[in-house]
Amino acid sequence: MTIAPSARRKISGKKHAELLPARELRGIIETVLRLAKSTVASETEVHIDEVADSLTRFANNGIHQNVFEHCATVSVRTVTGGRTARATTNRLDEDSLRRTIEASLSLAHSEPRDPRLLPMPGKQRYRTVDRFVKATAALTPEERARAVRLACDWASKKGQVAAGIFSSGQSQTTVGNSRGLFATYCETHSQFSITMQEDPAASWAKADSADVREIHPQELAERAGKKARLAVKTSELAPGRYTVILEPAAVLDLVGFMFYDFAATAVEDKRSCLNNRIGKQLFGKNISISDDVFHPRQKGAPFDGEGMPRQKVLLVDRGVPKNLVYSRASATIARKKPTGHGFALPNEYGEAPMNLVVSGGDSSVETMVASTDRGLLVTRLWYIREVDPYEKVMTGMTRDGLFLVENGKLTRAVRNFRFNQSLLDMLNHVELMSPAVRATGEESFEMVVPAMKIGKFHFSEVTKF
Amino acid sequence: MMLMWDLCTNALDTAKLRGASYGDVRAMHLRQRDLTTKNGQVGTLAQSESVGIGIRVVAHGAWGFASTDRLTRDGVAACAAQAVSIAKASALANRSKVVLAPEKAYIDSWQSPFRKDPFEIPLGAQLALLLAADGEMRKVKGVTLTETSMQFRKVDSWFASSIGSRIHQRKVISGCGIGATSFQGQEIQKRSYPNSFGGQHALEGYELVESLELLKHAPVIAEEAAALHAAAQCPEKFGTLVLAGNQLGLQIHESIGHPIELDRVLGQEANFAGTSFLTLDQLNKLKYASSIVNVVADARLDHGPGLGTFAYDDEGVPAQCTDIIKDGKFRGYLSNRETAHLIGLARSSGTMRTESWNRLPIIRMTNVSLLPGTWDYDDLISDTADGILMDTNRSWSIDDRRYQFQFSTEIAWEIKGGKKVRMLKNPSYSGITTEFWNSCEAICKFDHWTLWGTPNCGKGQPMQTMGTGHGAAPARFRNVRIGTAFSKQ
Repeated sequence: MTIAPSARRKISGKKHAELLPARELRGIIETVLRLAKSTVASETEVHIDEVADSLTRFANNGIHQNVFEHCATVSVRTVTGGRTARATTNRLDEDSLRRTIEASLSLAHSEPRDPRLLPMPGKQRYRTVDRFVKATAALTPEERARAVRLACDWASKKGQVAAGIFSSGQSQTTVGNSRGLFATYCETHSQFSITMQEDPAASWAKADSADVREIHPQELAERAGKKARLAVKTSELAPGRYTVILEPAAVLDLVGFMFYDFAATAVEDKRSCLNNRIGKQLFGKNISISDDVFHPRQKGAPFDGEGMPRQKVLLVDRGVPKNLVYSRASATIARKKPTGHGFALPNEYGEAPMNLVVSGGDSSVETMVASTDRGLLVTRLWYIREVDPYEKVMTGMTRDGLFLVENGKLTRAVRNFRFNQSLLDMLNHVELMSPAVRATGEESFEMVVPAMKIGKFHFSEVTKF
Repeated sequence: MMLMWDLCTNALDTAKLRGASYGDVRAMHLRQRDLTTKNGQVGTLAQSESVGIGIRVVAHGAWGFASTDRLTRDGVAACAAQAVSIAKASALANRSKVVLAPEKAYIDSWQSPFRKDPFEIPLGAQLALLLAADGEMRKVKGVTLTETSMQFRKVDSWFASSIGSRIHQRKVISGCGIGATSFQGQEIQKRSYPNSFGGQHALEGYELVESLELLKHAPVIAEEAAALHAAAQCPEKFGTLVLAGNQLGLQIHESIGHPIELDRVLGQEANFAGTSFLTLDQLNKLKYASSIVNVVADARLDHGPGLGTFAYDDEGVPAQCTDIIKDGKFRGYLSNRETAHLIGLARSSGTMRTESWNRLPIIRMTNVSLLPGTWDYDDLISDTADGILMDTNRSWSIDDRRYQFQFSTEIAWEIKGGKKVRMLKNPSYSGITTEFWNSCEAICKFDHWTLWGTPNCGKGQPMQTMGTGHGAAPARFRNVRIGTAFSKQ
């Protein structure tokens, strides 16, 4: 997008004024640790999470919702007598912090002793990542409104109706504990998402970045608008198995459902599709997947819920699941090293990879279309849910632009399909991939994934539009 | 409480001074306790509180909203000023000025009824019950994962508006559920009680947990989870389907509750949650369902202690009962003060709800319920010559205009000659919303009716999670497509 002058201005200090300064974060942690010293807590951990987020929402070519929120929470985990529990508040005064410590201890006292509970980790070293962009933090409601106005005016001019969001904000997370661990991270975020409607069709485009200057609302509006126009006249195809070209958002939203299975705790609980499958050729040899918080297109803190440094983990190597991610607890059980993917304790889920990077190829959506005799180009998928947890069969709908490809060309739009498709099977039929990009959808968190051309994708039913 | 009213007044005064033509304020204090166990060990043990204020204003004919947890006079005044500033920015890209349906001012205080405050019940007793249920499930051979959970919430809200309303409400919400999972060979099977995805949730106290008799049901679902591996695969066919109440509750939620939200119908959710096939021309014309189907959206306590029960919505409108489907005909939408006039209503139907102080109220389901029919459950089964009974949701999905859906359930039973003859695994069914509801031919009576709670309904940007209620009794449907989700074609 074109940033208005006010967003380009220099801002003094490291952060925008909305967030608590670093000395205050450290001060809150020191206060909690000091207060906890006079209790029966043998160990104490403190999390501070703070957000200052804005979101401008539009529909029918005008803004209809426009919101801002600020919230800072302090979460305290205490350990006493081999028991642990967590209490959280957003009241930051000393009396409230003291009550929160007491609430955590009261919860802990009520449970049986946990013989597996580990001592808290000590001081750690972290690799620095910088994802705080001043231009994003400084974006104003007026600037968002002007960008929305341009997109809506373009829609009106084309006889279309626009709906979507333009959001921006900043957040920070800090962890400290009574063994000297201290970790803090802040980032900015921005998203523009637009649905262009031309009755009875619609299409969609979305972008996400820490840097709002990388988001181009007008381009997204025009891309969605052109596809919506192509989709006005649809015909119905019979359900069946088709070659599909999934745009990155469709890949993201579908494969995103698989990665909780790469948690060591999920495998230990026998609820993972990787039960008895690690080390075997599960996917095609062209599939390699890593979890890498340091990837230049990724976001998120370089430490986990216990403050352990995140490691880059190769999850799938040429189609073979090689590694899982571990919290300290699951690593101890499996006699592995923790990878820095644990959730804040106590919890029953353990850990999960959150910064996925799927290796891409050197193709492009255009090349995929040109190489397809008969297939379907999928813009986006919707309401994806798991049908079979072991074969990883997922169901869901296509949405906002499904196009028939014949003899290397888009020939017409078709009615949306329901799919029932095994992800394991799907990742054995990937024929072409584009380079991986930072993709954003609505069903999974953001990842770095390619567009994919996939054979034998199973559509089971068709809907009415 | 005086502090909260002072802050509300401060916010409204500031908003007016800054140029707001209308304002409303929600100060809220939310408390939550979460307990879980897994495989005989405590999982989550956590308590949280959140206090803050959300200020919604109209200025220059457009909406603005800001929220803060800085609950000082200065913090709230700055937040109110920011809300007005945001509204003025909205006016830069506003197609029409906000018009609100008239509503009276109310001064009231209301508390949801409960017998036992769950926050006063000793934690040790709550954990002991969960661990005992967990233990009962783990005794069953073949069970590889056991999980239990309780969740309690206490929500105080202070609503004030520039038309003079001052409404305090306190809601106590409880939820509880258990589940057993079995991994054998190439298959993971699961059974849950009394419902999947966290069990049953209601506007009740700890008496809800006690009424569920977890220890009695724990071994039953554990045995079923293990037995499902040996059960026959649910066939793929068109046939008669009987839905248990817990699954029917979700069917109502997805294929009636969401399509009747007027913000969806008007395109306000087009970018995220989607739109609706129930365009305005369908009102009072569409034959939504068979003539025995009657559906209401009822937020009144008279309807029951559901997750959609309250005295006033988050726009200060009293709880109401709206006919949605009457004798099979489509009769009503869920509306708010901004949209009511668009369907010819003089007044909002009172469905604006917010997840928390930092979220804008949006149109939400209240208790969208299928009213009871006339059948005794045993008679319904014995009257079914050839059918499949499906129980407890496993997956759910529907398109973005709410036509085509697919559900699968944890377990099914084949019915032959009026008797449940054998267990079936991996059941699923699918269809088109209006075709499905028009095939409804029998609904059980009030004795079998439960007001189910759906605690995890997501909608809005930024996303809000809301609890909704769905009263349902088992019902029978003809000529339904069965088994597609697991088709090997």
